[in-house]
Amino acid sequence: MKKEKTSLLRNGAVQSLLASLLCILIGLVVGYVALLVINPAGAGEAILTIIKNFMTYSKSTAQLKYLGSTLVKTAPLLMCSLSVLFAYKAGLFNIGAAGQYVAGVGASLYCALAWGMPWYVCLLAAIVAGALLGAVSGLLKAYCNVNEVISCIMLNWISLYLVNMLLSTVKEEASPYTLTLSSTNPGAIMPSLGLGALFSKNQYVTVAIPLAILVAVVVWVILEKTKLGYELRATGCNKFAAKYCGMKEKENLILTMAISGALASMGAALLYLTGFEQWQCTQSAVPAMGFNGIAAAFLGGLNPLGSILSSYFIQHITNGGAYVDKTMYSAQISDFISALIIYLCGFVLFFKVTLNGYLDRRDEKRKRAEQTAQEGGDAE
Amino acid sequence: MEYPYAVEMLNITKRFPGIVANDNITLQLKKGEIHALLGENGAGKSTLMSVLFGLYSPEEGVIKKDGQVVEIKDPNDANALGIGMVHQHFKLVECFSVLDNIIMGVEPCKHGFLQKGEAREKVLALSEKYGLHVDPDALVEDITVGMQQRTEILKMLYRDNEILIFDEPTAVLTPQEIKELMQIMKNLAAEGKSILFISHKLNEIMEVADRCSVLRKGKYIGTVEIKNTTREELSRMMVGRDVEFVVHKEPAKPGKTILEVEGMTVASKSHDNNAVKGVSFQARAGEIVCIAGIDGNGQTELVYGLTGLEPLKEGKITLEGQDITHASIRRRSTMGMSHIPEDRHKHGLVLDYTLEDNMVLQRYFEPQFVNSAGFLKRKAIREYAAKLIGQYDVRSGQGPVTVARSMSGGNQQKAIIAREIDKNPELLIAVQPTRGLDVGAIEYIHRQIVAQRDAGKAVLLVSLELDEVMALSDRILVMYEGEIVGELDPKATTVEELGLYMAGAKREGK
Ligand SMILES: Nc1ncnc2c1ncn2[C@@H]1O[C@H](COP(=O)(O)OP(=O)(O)OP(=O)(O)O)[C@@H](O)[C@H]1O
Ligand SMILES: [Mg+2]
Repeated sequence: MKKEKTSLLRNGAVQSLLASLLCILIGLVVGYVALLVINPAGAGEAILTIIKNFMTYSKSTAQLKYLGSTLVKTAPLLMCSLSVLFAYKAGLFNIGAAGQYVAGVGASLYCALAWGMPWYVCLLAAIVAGALLGAVSGLLKAYCNVNEVISCIMLNWISLYLVNMLLSTVKEEASPYTLTLSSTNPGAIMPSLGLGALFSKNQYVTVAIPLAILVAVVVWVILEKTKLGYELRATGCNKFAAKYCGMKEKENLILTMAISGALASMGAALLYLTGFEQWQCTQSAVPAMGFNGIAAAFLGGLNPLGSILSSYFIQHITNGGAYVDKTMYSAQISDFISALIIYLCGFVLFFKVTLNGYLDRRDEKRKRAEQTAQEGGDAE
Repeated sequence: MEYPYAVEMLNITKRFPGIVANDNITLQLKKGEIHALLGENGAGKSTLMSVLFGLYSPEEGVIKKDGQVVEIKDPNDANALGIGMVHQHFKLVECFSVLDNIIMGVEPCKHGFLQKGEAREKVLALSEKYGLHVDPDALVEDITVGMQQRTEILKMLYRDNEILIFDEPTAVLTPQEIKELMQIMKNLAAEGKSILFISHKLNEIMEVADRCSVLRKGKYIGTVEIKNTTREELSRMMVGRDVEFVVHKEPAKPGKTILEVEGMTVASKSHDNNAVKGVSFQARAGEIVCIAGIDGNGQTELVYGLTGLEPLKEGKITLEGQDITHASIRRRSTMGMSHIPEDRHKHGLVLDYTLEDNMVLQRYFEPQFVNSAGFLKRKAIREYAAKLIGQYDVRSGQGPVTVARSMSGGNQQKAIIAREIDKNPELLIAVQPTRGLDVGAIEYIHRQIVAQRDAGKAVLLVSLELDEVMALSDRILVMYEGEIVGELDPKATTVEELGLYMAGAKREGK
């Protein structure tokens, strides 16, 4: 009986899960302490509000509706985390997910608003745009030896301002926001297929959500079960061995970045083609979605299926933060708390190692104890 | 009387998933002795030493230092007790200088600032005293394995360690360096330091060791005094049967030319001069051609050029009549070239992959392992791996699904050899194929290489070991400073003559 318990704790997936949960717990505690320092009166309530998110509503219809809203924003986050994870498995750090996400926004909205295309064409356009942007970083690395982190950061800004310029042609006259899809081109809104009805008529709940989950499964299958995944992971683990056995280093590198870019930009389309948000054409910061994807990827133990859970969680607390009492805390407090938790997600690996060390020592002690007990028994 | 033992490991048991790596092993190291540890690949030698060095904690057993029970939880504890270790696969920081690597962890500091001056003096003094020549300012990534080895030894001496563990230090060294190392070890022992020495080379053990303990499949077999034993007895204790040290082979019957190299020139990574300078030679079906030479005379680059890891500056390579000068690595491989690489960790294996995934590294794209939709056939891969594991006796904790990183060095090597030979190549390029293998495994691998030859394949063997060169080859090409300076017939030459060519003292036609 005891033995079984130990082996379960030693299981890699279980360990990842435990470590992630631990990170989350510590994040919440630290967040709570910070709230206490800022304003002790409302700290307990505020942290509860964040955890509760949509549960703060008493009516179950409202709860469902806002669960739907959290899910709507989980889909793009999941896609960004898949993007980061996919590149990471091949040994690349795609910090450009943010920029590829922006490119996806630009391509999908422009197709929808300027050309009046249906949603699937817009989605495709976004995917192509992100893939191209990713491929640029890949090409630069393969042929000019430019580190992908540097080129990605530059491209993030380039794509932000290009998209601002592009979408300025399809914005509302009186505001910096792009035209709404519902008024301009309802055909560009992704079909809900009755999903919205399940969430108390939340019109933004669409096929985007199951689509994102499907993509996560596909990414997992590609990485673990296919020849391409075998090659990419080999390159990520040991690029010298990959070269030695004749894998096409450069092609694979570019392909990885292109796929990774496509995942992030598809995420953007999955959000913007629901009509949930409009793009602000005067935006001067790259949206955080792509960067949060990094946190979600690591919190999910670098497993596509883990990413589903971690993306949901991060989105859950981010949304929950919006409900915090703004008279007691400044508006940024929600971002602050989620940032803290996201920051602590970086410690997942650390906790895993510590856990293993602890298990080793515990086993050893138990063996020792058993042995002495036995020896004691023998002596008698 | 003084307590005779420096260190005692009593009844040590260490388990890994699927295997008992050390099963109730007792090892006693006398003060001032050189104690050899012998055993087949995967017998548990490195594990036992890692236990002593605090890298693994044993499930059972105690360690005593000078008769006192001690607890070694991590390498810091080991260091505090004066125990140092040179690992089988070195543990140096590549982008640090030699000096920084030596002082790492025990940096002399004043007010939080490094005092490298003192450290440098101490290192230079040690290096002078023991004849361990290093360049303290060179980066580790730029220096030869020999110098890396000396850096590791200096690291131990710098920490004033009294008990020195050498895990297969000679596997990566040239014969000359081995001779130097043997002398250094003798000097250290004469000074009162106690040494644990792991090696698969029996003559080294016969030369330096005072006593030898033998392990087999995780179990302790016994300890013998070297002066009362022989090479044959040691190998019998270790493998459990008689081992033949001579290779039996019929005279070669060379057939058509398989590999033809003309005027091959390869640039050097470390200096402006070319590493390989206009080399031409042939390898024919049914013969073993051996490239002999002192390490660093262009053999590595020659092989890189042949296999496509480095581009040629000039020259032409023909494989079975087809020009492959500019062919990709994959193309060369599918055309029938196999390559057992020099550095098993850098090129040979994806250490984080399982053994089975490593076994198909050169053929995962073949229809038998992948379907037309691009999905890997897991079952076929596992069966194939299991077949090779059985055939080549690759030992590991969990068979095909063992992570390669957790396997013993020799078994990693056997996995690579199995993969490359089973590919059934027309040309087998083997660089130091038996590096780190036990005598039993060497015997088997040598037979396999000869069998390849007899099956009408061409074999190009690059080896630093003269014994291996003399035993296996049908024709010897000697490389010196990037050129082939002589072609010798192993039956008509002597080791001495070969040595003269290798040292550049003699060359053909001049
Ligand atoms: N970290 C580890 N995790 C799991 N198994 C391990 C680990 N280290 C070693 N083993 C297993 O323990 C056994 C003994 O390995 P060890 O490295 O001690 O052998 P060795 O005697 O040093 O062999 P070699 O001569 O090949 O270096 C091997 O079967 C190996 O697969
Ligand atoms: Mg070993």
